[in-house]
Amino acid sequence: MNGILSYEFMQNALFAAILASIVCGLIGPFIVARKMVFISGGLSHTAFGGLGIAYWLGKQGLMFTIRPIYGATVFVLAAALFLGSLEEKKLNQNDLFIGILWAVGVAIGIVFVHLTPGYAPDLMSFLFGNILTVPRTDVAIMFVIVLIVVVTVAIFYKGFVAISLDEEFARARRLPVYGLKTGLTVLTALTIVTLIQVVGILLVIALLTIPVAIASELSINFRKIIALSIVSGIAICLLGLYISYSIDFPSGASIILTGGILLVIVKGLKGLAKLKKTALFP
Amino acid sequence: MGSIIQVESVTYGYGKRPVLEDVSLTMLERDFILIIGPNGGGKSTLLKLILGIITPWSGKISFRGDTKNRLGYVPQSAGFNRSFPISVLDMVRTGCIHGDNYLKQSSRESTEKSRAILQKLSLADKLDENITDLSGGELQRVLIARALVADPVALFLDEPTTALDIASQTDLIDILNELQQKMSIVVVTHDPTPYTHIYRHLACLNTSLYFHERGELNETTLEKVYGCPVELLGHGIPHTLLPSHQEVKKP
Repeated sequence: MNGILSYEFMQNALFAAILASIVCGLIGPFIVARKMVFISGGLSHTAFGGLGIAYWLGKQGLMFTIRPIYGATVFVLAAALFLGSLEEKKLNQNDLFIGILWAVGVAIGIVFVHLTPGYAPDLMSFLFGNILTVPRTDVAIMFVIVLIVVVTVAIFYKGFVAISLDEEFARARRLPVYGLKTGLTVLTALTIVTLIQVVGILLVIALLTIPVAIASELSINFRKIIALSIVSGIAICLLGLYISYSIDFPSGASIILTGGILLVIVKGLKGLAKLKKTALFP
Repeated sequence: MGSIIQVESVTYGYGKRPVLEDVSLTMLERDFILIIGPNGGGKSTLLKLILGIITPWSGKISFRGDTKNRLGYVPQSAGFNRSFPISVLDMVRTGCIHGDNYLKQSSRESTEKSRAILQKLSLADKLDENITDLSGGELQRVLIARALVADPVALFLDEPTTALDIASQTDLIDILNELQQKMSIVVVTHDPTPYTHIYRHLACLNTSLYFHERGELNETTLEKVYGCPVELLGHGIPHTLLPSHQEVKKP
């Protein structure tokens, strides 16, 4: 293990993985409890449209530099606020619009990549992710974003839990539900745009869901679910990175598959424990 | 007994269709109002308007003192989302927070209050159970505990007996009977039978509201509310519509 960590790119990957696990473990339980996983998938794919446009603009010789991630940020935030306002108006068409944003976002991205002369390696890394190429500066940006998310969740924790478990009841308790929901959606959007440049769109969805699924098998206390999501996220990433390095597998895919296998193991062990308990005390 | 909630000429609807038109209602201290009426008549909507979950198109809802901030709500347990695994204690604790205190509510205080209310409702042994593993009756009591933990002056229950067996219904009525000594209660229901002995006022709602003192009902009023003939049974509470009643053939 020491040998692996002597490389700077591996150190960066390690830091990025830990930060990604913290932010996803913190936001993931709220997303799963609010049944927003599909929204997260939609938002992360919508980002691809913004990435494509910004990439194309960046090659137009403008006076200022446009980094692809700027486009992704604008697209994801706009999509998040649009979906939030639809839900507030009770139009019950969120599923429909998420699907449309998902597909149109990717299509816009592909069209603008096509319009841009030359090969666009950066965009491919956004889609599939390559945690092994994360520069130190991006790790620093991630750290700042993680700090913002941690502080915001710490302040509004009780409100976020209340709206995630029963939104109607939260309204009856006169909580500022629209504000809390918008805050949570913006945090989700922020998490997604920060992470897609380091771990890829697919790994973002995996890190938002698999650790929560493992944690919910182990606890039914919301705080513990958050803590366990962070811990299992870190375990999945480190193990996945080690496997990727050892057998020369793509890093993102190794991490996701490790998570999937761990989830199956945890579920299997829990099932066995339940079976043993019922057999002993029928 | 003074009034604690006053609903004045409230109108509300979905899309362009009004569900409630010019509805007025007075709720007294330690009142027990039963709201009955056909599907789509606006029963749950009226509850949500009083609770502030939705805002009326027109009209006014006024509250005495801090009553507005001390309303307890028990939603329909049948439609309650139980997909996320969470402990009974965590669920009840969410009842402690309010728009005014959610940023500063002490976790220790809310835990202690939640434990105490669960103990009162004979749910002390369910504290660490997953809400997904509870029976319908247990979930109903947990939702009542969540509503009671903030010490409300009025409790609103939406179809509380729908998913319950007879034993759980009896338990619920006992709980409501005891609570009635301390607070006002509003129950929205399709079937008023279990509440025959404890309600004080009856509100028949079908877009318009017909408010009655206990025992003031007659078949003409009910026909107006339900839009079809309704048979009044011995205890004076309507719960059988004639058309469906006639379909049951005697052996």
